[in-house]
Amino acid sequence: VSAPDERRAVGERRWLWPSLAAPGVIWLVLLFLVPLYAVLAVAMGAPDPIFGDALPAWNPLAWDPSEFGTIFGEIFTGQLDIVFLRTLVYVAVATFLSLLIGYPVAYYVARHAGRYRVLLLMLIIAPFWINYLMRMLAWVNLLSTDGYVNQVLMFAGILDAPREWLVGKHETVILGLVYGYVPFLILPLFAALDRIDQRVIEAARDLGASSAQAFWRVTLPLSSQGILAGCVIVMLPMFGDYYTATLLSGSPKTNMVGKLIEQSINTGGGSGRGAALTVVLMSFVAILMTYYLYSVARASREART
Amino acid sequence: LSAAGTELGEKRRPTARLKAWWSNPWGKPRFLILFTWAYILWSLVPVAIAVQFGFNAGRSRSTWQGFSLRWYFQDPNLSVLHDPSLRAALVQSLQLAALTMLVATPLGVALAIGLARWSGWGSRSANFLMLFPLITPEIVMGVALFLVFVHLFGFVQLGTMAQVLGHVTFTVSYVVIVMRGRLFSVGREYEEAAMDLGASRWQAIRTVLLPMLYPAIWASLMVAFAISIDDFVISAFLMGDQSSATIPVKLYSAARLAPSPAINALASILLFASMFAIAFAILVMGRSRKKEGKGGSAVEDFARLDL
Repeated sequence: VSAPDERRAVGERRWLWPSLAAPGVIWLVLLFLVPLYAVLAVAMGAPDPIFGDALPAWNPLAWDPSEFGTIFGEIFTGQLDIVFLRTLVYVAVATFLSLLIGYPVAYYVARHAGRYRVLLLMLIIAPFWINYLMRMLAWVNLLSTDGYVNQVLMFAGILDAPREWLVGKHETVILGLVYGYVPFLILPLFAALDRIDQRVIEAARDLGASSAQAFWRVTLPLSSQGILAGCVIVMLPMFGDYYTATLLSGSPKTNMVGKLIEQSINTGGGSGRGAALTVVLMSFVAILMTYYLYSVARASREART
Repeated sequence: LSAAGTELGEKRRPTARLKAWWSNPWGKPRFLILFTWAYILWSLVPVAIAVQFGFNAGRSRSTWQGFSLRWYFQDPNLSVLHDPSLRAALVQSLQLAALTMLVATPLGVALAIGLARWSGWGSRSANFLMLFPLITPEIVMGVALFLVFVHLFGFVQLGTMAQVLGHVTFTVSYVVIVMRGRLFSVGREYEEAAMDLGASRWQAIRTVLLPMLYPAIWASLMVAFAISIDDFVISAFLMGDQSSATIPVKLYSAARLAPSPAINALASILLFASMFAIAFAILVMGRSRKKEGKGGSAVEDFARLDL
């Protein structure tokens, strides 16, 4: 092979990989990044004088932030603050409960399940592939006035009369969020706990730690990355959730931010407000997203070295 | 003295034994075993009950009145098969999932190969761009795609076309994640050896790399299908009118309107479809593991994907 040929072959190889990635990258630019910009452009657009709907302002020089002014005004004067606060409380409580439920399960499957490990993993993965709305529908059936939950509670003597679980109850919505998102928390926890070298824990025990000490001072700190990643993984979709509250409560008393966005977008003339709310939500979760991307990048760097 | 000791032991026995059984540090972690199985029951039994009510003989979705297939196909008006709006949702879901799978898989496989092997300028940003749709709240993507189709890409009608474009956009990243593990484990030696031996770049990819990726490609097809058929938010925002409503959209709009068990039957069909797809993916990956003489299980690979 002569030298120019070889040089051409090397050059070919250098272009080969980016050109394979190109269609996917172009797709994501056109249908992911451009749409995100469109949200900003609509949020910053001036309202159409005739139809009242926002006209997108594609040029940043023509941006009109009045929609944000309205929203922040409502947050501070008290029309919207309750919805934002409620979303925060729901997400915080649901994430904490999910962690409380998910950690022992992930711990057991990763470290003690033995020959049941594959079976248990299969059962834990199963809810991923069951439609989220179907899982909520299942609770709508169970929690309805003549449903099994009321029947069991009345049989056990805890309730005297059936309770209306599905009308504006905070605890029902939080139950729905926990039920819906726990599996997504368990898998990153499982991966983190599974990676811990058994010998490290044995060393702690050999050096005199009780099993509780070994857990609190070795296992738990070593799984903290998984805890954080798992919490972020469930908090991101929870912040954008609007269907759980609609299905399990259907009352404005339990609306989350996502519901406001959905309502604005679906009402004529509201897309400017919907877009602005989306931008507020997005900047809110941007911190979580940045943290997650950073931890993924670090994990893949560690995997390569 | 020893007799007195045993006597005392006899008296204490029931509670002491229970306590010893529960807290024996060398025994099995009983609390964790109980907790884990209780969690699994809690996570799956409600769904099983919902599936069961799809087979209810009566109209109730909360009181069992005997088994029938009435809500699947026997009822001439209200069953999934005969109610035009339910049947349309089923067809729309399957059609969307099939189209998404066929577009997203080639796109994602090429992107995964490119990203796994390319390390030059721009590869890091491309990687971040690929990860972004995975962590963006779906409602943000739904609103964004809705606004872009309304205001900028006016040639895309809301409805099936917009839904396919939207589904492909968030499914591509999942395909990349499924492919990536396999690409790292294959390494780049094989295709480089082929090119050194005179194969052109396309020959090397087509005849050396791709055959090694087939199991992962099958798994990607199935994952893409399952992710698309499960989606609610994107389908709902891009649906245009009721004719492009999918099964999850129907579940959402019907769940609170005193529906018949036909809605449970419809949801169960969705469940069977995605379970079938995922079982197939796990089987294919498991078979290829066995062929290569690797231990472990494909289920574990799946659990580590962090989908």
